Amino acid sequence: MLMDIIINGLINGSVYALLAIGFSLVMGVARIVNIAHTAFYMASAYFIYMGFTFAGLSPLLAMFCALPVTVAVGLACYRLFIKPIQEHEAAVLIGTIALAIAIQEAFLMSFGGSFLGVPPLIKGYTWILGVKVTWQHLLALGVALLVLLAVRLFLMRTSVGLAIRSTAQDREVANLMGMNVTRVAMWAVAVSVGLAAIAGAIVVPLVVLDPHMWMHPLIMMLAIVVLGGLGSIEGSFVGAYIIGFTEALVVFLIPLGAFLKDSVALSIMILVLLIRPEGLFGVVFEEER
Amino acid sequence: MSLVTAHLRRAGVIFRNEVLVLPSRIAVLVFILGLLLLPVFTQDSYILRILILTSIFALLAASWDFLSGFTGQMNFGHALFFGVAAYSTALLNLHLGIPPWGSIPLGALGGVLAGLVVGIPCLRLRGAYLALTTLSFPIILMGVVFAIPDISGGELGISGLARLSESRVGDYYISVLLMLVLSFAMWKVTDSKTGIILHAIREDELACRAAGINTTRYKLMAFCVSGFLAGISGGAYAHVMRLAGPSTLEVAMSFQVIIWAVFGGMVSIYGPVAGVFILFPLMELLRFIPQARMLVFALLVLVTLLYMPEGLIPWIRDKIETVCPRCKARNVASRSNCRVCNAVLD
Repeated sequence: MLMDIIINGLINGSVYALLAIGFSLVMGVARIVNIAHTAFYMASAYFIYMGFTFAGLSPLLAMFCALPVTVAVGLACYRLFIKPIQEHEAAVLIGTIALAIAIQEAFLMSFGGSFLGVPPLIKGYTWILGVKVTWQHLLALGVALLVLLAVRLFLMRTSVGLAIRSTAQDREVANLMGMNVTRVAMWAVAVSVGLAAIAGAIVVPLVVLDPHMWMHPLIMMLAIVVLGGLGSIEGSFVGAYIIGFTEALVVFLIPLGAFLKDSVALSIMILVLLIRPEGLFGVVFEEER
Repeated sequence: MSLVTAHLRRAGVIFRNEVLVLPSRIAVLVFILGLLLLPVFTQDSYILRILILTSIFALLAASWDFLSGFTGQMNFGHALFFGVAAYSTALLNLHLGIPPWGSIPLGALGGVLAGLVVGIPCLRLRGAYLALTTLSFPIILMGVVFAIPDISGGELGISGLARLSESRVGDYYISVLLMLVLSFAMWKVTDSKTGIILHAIREDELACRAAGINTTRYKLMAFCVSGFLAGISGGAYAHVMRLAGPSTLEVAMSFQVIIWAVFGGMVSIYGPVAGVFILFPLMELLRFIPQARMLVFALLVLVTLLYMPEGLIPWIRDKIETVCPRCKARNVASRSNCRVCNAVLD
């Protein structure tokens, strides 16, 4: 039981962290509340399924092929639909919602509502402290942690990472310093969609695919970014594990927990907001007028 | 008797000089008359049913606009008010036997309560934080609804409510009149002094507070009014469908309201109403391609936004009318001089 909770909490938390950090990047750099973020996570999962089933690739190869495809689709969507209306906050909002619905419906049309799956990369299981844990779960956890580390290094050590961080901090000043804010925004979108695609690749052997699978992670991701503070990478990271473990605890310990997991996670978010309106690690944005 | 004729003549003059001079006002007039006279021409129950639902959702979208458009409190969880009112109306009607004319307003008080529950913790939040926090409330309630199936009916919801009225035409007139009267009332409120304060809160809350306005009170008021009106539409929905189910609380429902309102044009009350009256029947028309229905809908919204990011109705309004630079009166775009102050229009 305890081991189940820990493993599930860690995996959920890591996947949520990948999604939430991607969301935070776009939120911070381009000021877009990207509701369609988890739709790209779903798209990546479906691309992997397509590569595996129709092109006959091995699951691993399918994952590596799906990543650039998803990023390309994400960038195309951003250029075509979101960038022209970026100045209008409300329009961006429903633009991304409509985009998410369009992606969902496109997959619903091509694959139907049935549940699909991709086989695990490595089969078998091991015993940790008397609990059966599949290798696939451990692999997912390891990959997620590695990618999180890579993102951290990318943001902290590379010049593009520096550009992204500075634009997120103050868009105007970054622009004045001669930074190409538009290109930085493109980078941020690409990295963000890439992270969503990796999250999709990590979960694809563990879950069943259906065209509505983006809704639940979306809600959890939004709870995490608000809990951790919008635009804060550390906040997203910590928030993701808080929510991930809460979800696992509620599912395993409370009767009817599967119904209440969203409620409990979101209630925690609201409680935190009551005490700290800017979230746990919130950067108090300068008044933007 | 002469007093009556004098008043009538005055009303006629106002009608001729204020309503008939502007194409947008004529359009609204034609729209209202068309809605009210429709059952004279057709009593087809399918068409009436669509229009009943359209009216109910139009009221919902307008109440969203009152809170999120005018007051700027971006609410992503408008389904909460709708759902709470639908469930409380259903429970009141089923267990206490209160007829619709009593259960809908009482259920809407449930919506007001929901407005306060959401509004008070959200007073300190702004912008994206507010949007994402409000999104979570209906989801929390949804979990609770599934966890207590004895009271809420779980996935199936509460069914077997009384009908709204005896006949379909009666239902039609009740929902259309509710929508018209309440939307008009909202439009009048947003045009009043209170409306200006709500505008000011959206534009700059800090400056508003510095000007000595108790913004907390006005924000809570906006939450309550919006909750009440959304509650009325939720209660009417429950009685028309004779069912209050978890679909009223779904995230998709909240998103749908936002799509309708922003597509029609925010900050105008009539924009969201028009948005629902265009998009909802359109969804029904698209029934002949059932699989692609939502896809066509989403793509249509996306493409429309590319050309009219302010929404459809404000775009059309700005095409056919201009604002006088001197006295701010509206004029037909074809005029060269202002109809009120004779200033040259550009």
